[in-house]
Amino acid sequence: MRRGIAATALVAALGLTATACGGDSGSGGGDANGELSGTVTWWDTSTVGSEDKVFKKLAEDFTKKHPKVTVKYVNVPFGEAQNKFKNAAQSGSGAPDVIRSEVAWTPEFADLGYLAPLDKTAALKNQDDFLKQAAASTRYDGKTYAVPQVIDSMGVFYNKKIFKEAGVDVPETVDQLKTAASAIKKKTGKTGLYLRGDDAYWFLSFLYGEGGDMVDAEKKTVTVDNPAGVKALQTVKDLVDSKAAITDATNGWDNMQAAFKDGKVAMMINGPWAVTDTYAGAEFADKANLGIAPVPAGSAAQGAPQGGHNLAVYAGSKNLAASYAFTEYMTSAESQAKVATELSLLPTRQSVYIKPDVAKNQVIGFFKPVVEKSVERPWIPEGGSLFAPLVTEYTKVLTGQTSPEQGAKATGEEYRKLLKGWK
Amino acid sequence: MAVDTPGQSVAEAAGGDTRGPARRAGRSQSGPRSGPKGSGSGPKGSGSGPKGSGGRAKRSLATHWYAWAMVAPVVVVIGVIIGYPLVRGIYLSLTDATERNVARSIGVNEIPATYEFVGLENYQTALSSSQFFDTLGWTLVWTVACVSVTFVLGLTLANMLNRKMAGRSAYRMLIILPWAVPGFVSVFAWRFLYDERRGLLNQVLAGGGIDAVPWLNDPTMAKLSVIAVNVWLGVPFMMVALLGGLQSIPGELYEAAEMDGANAWQRFRNITMPGLRSVSTTVVLLSTIWTFNMFPVIFLLTRGGPGEATQILVTQAYKFSFEISPRDFAQSSTWGVLILVLLMLFAAVYRRVLRKQGEVW
Repeated sequence: MRRGIAATALVAALGLTATACGGDSGSGGGDANGELSGTVTWWDTSTVGSEDKVFKKLAEDFTKKHPKVTVKYVNVPFGEAQNKFKNAAQSGSGAPDVIRSEVAWTPEFADLGYLAPLDKTAALKNQDDFLKQAAASTRYDGKTYAVPQVIDSMGVFYNKKIFKEAGVDVPETVDQLKTAASAIKKKTGKTGLYLRGDDAYWFLSFLYGEGGDMVDAEKKTVTVDNPAGVKALQTVKDLVDSKAAITDATNGWDNMQAAFKDGKVAMMINGPWAVTDTYAGAEFADKANLGIAPVPAGSAAQGAPQGGHNLAVYAGSKNLAASYAFTEYMTSAESQAKVATELSLLPTRQSVYIKPDVAKNQVIGFFKPVVEKSVERPWIPEGGSLFAPLVTEYTKVLTGQTSPEQGAKATGEEYRKLLKGWK
Repeated sequence: MAVDTPGQSVAEAAGGDTRGPARRAGRSQSGPRSGPKGSGSGPKGSGSGPKGSGGRAKRSLATHWYAWAMVAPVVVVIGVIIGYPLVRGIYLSLTDATERNVARSIGVNEIPATYEFVGLENYQTALSSSQFFDTLGWTLVWTVACVSVTFVLGLTLANMLNRKMAGRSAYRMLIILPWAVPGFVSVFAWRFLYDERRGLLNQVLAGGGIDAVPWLNDPTMAKLSVIAVNVWLGVPFMMVALLGGLQSIPGELYEAAEMDGANAWQRFRNITMPGLRSVSTTVVLLSTIWTFNMFPVIFLLTRGGPGEATQILVTQAYKFSFEISPRDFAQSSTWGVLILVLLMLFAAVYRRVLRKQGEVW
């Protein structure tokens, strides 16, 4: 018996070392006459259950042009993708060849050395066609590290039926939003707004509305804790306290979509990425019931953040040639037009907007001017780091664990730790 | 790093255990060597001199080489999977390593490590921040609450199920069920139950005309909710362990006590409790270590939120290392080492207290 155990341990130990050595085999590239082959793994982060189907189909159609290439489509939930990619990229195993990188992640990944520079590769074609706003986030330190895939901003999504029942107009300011919410509550018993409390991105339009911002990159100054930042936190706290809005500290995306799709709340602040999923809801079987308006203005200004996604190639990819070609294919005018018509996502190429199918899409028609006016975030490596400290304090303020003044101050202190030497 | 909770707690338990015997062995070895008489006691004293001990080791190797050879792979594997991370973690806690300055090689980009040794700076930062002590405070509340409630419930259930009654095995089976389900599955199930808008609990309450309870959205409620889930998960282990203890108490003791006129409470107080001592001290120690480092319950239910309300030390260490960016490996390791030190201190004090009370452990 004892001998058996020891022998088993020995075998297990040997087995361990054996597996540790295995599992590292290269895959393809191009063969002698330049035909692409091998596997391209793509991590997509689009909304599961609606957008992902279209992107999967589109990605796999790449093999029609390059029959020897296999496309492996993997949908990674947006909330996890940044960390998952970092884990995989740093350890060097399990990373995809191509990743759909949110605009703020791109400079960070590039700074960490995880992305392959794309200048003068097959990934970039007709660069002049890209919207300037979209291309800005793909550059870091004088090189291009990604290709813009979609661009977006935010607006107020509202349920026209509920608004009609309550007899209110679409609010243009936060004050009007509060009045509208109380009228909606009185007439229909429904809540006015779902405010995402577990993701600080949804807080930005309120911050911009008071004339604030997270940081001022040109002056190298942290601005989140200035009076405008405090006022913005007071505004969102007041929306929740006055019951004009409901919020959650966890599971915000699912709860927001469910509440709005089932007609339990009349409004939510959201972007084009939520359109297809929202249309799937019972309330929006008639698509005309969904109204979209600019985000409500605060006391000082009106603005929504500019967002979007790029496609970037992992520097450690074993199949760079096919990955470049895949990236080019996914961001080509043809692919973008398909995505725009089927999912109402905004293209990053000017030439796509004038295509007839895209031009008549109402959602794109609404968001185009919103994006043009949207607030550009600083494309610094720390851009993606600014949300973690903010969301902690934002949630604390919303749940009454800290005051808006304290919350803003604590966020500012964290930012100054991140951004060494900033004021 | 302090991420792999079960592995770590095992390591700690093992570390705590081996310290005792090792020290004792050291003492007995130094005895003959330090005595000048032992080594120079004539030709006959070859058994105890330094030469003799070498000979003994040789002889031991000659007789037991097979055993050593068989043990070697296990020792190596344990050294690699526990020893290396532990040493590496301690080393990182003395540097300023972050995601940006550790070595990485990604295809064409070859980036060397540029982090530096900073001594105890990280410990100074951690121990001078209110964040560490706030988190520690809640971790202690969480541990004490979970362990005490779990123990009382487990003891009650064990006593109930130790009696002869109809369907006893069925009840036992049912109560063990939470233990049989993988932890993360049950925690996810609880998360759905707790959801304020669509969760089953609030729907049931709404049926009774009660307003929705913000189970995980309100800081205080969230604290109670996570404790409730951990108790639910921990009771089966307590119950099974204590039930085993109860069954090892001879029935004659109860009979004799009854003859002497002891009432039920006196029997419980004077027979059951002392009889359970050895079992309960062990399970309380284990349970404390597990609960202190109970990563999945907190992480999967609230991620430490709302805000930082339910953040315990391990989840915060994880956050440093995996959730914030740039990832702060140094601070994370520092917290991990501090957790290790705290638990080792706890185990040492606990053992001493028990030994004072005459417990052989």
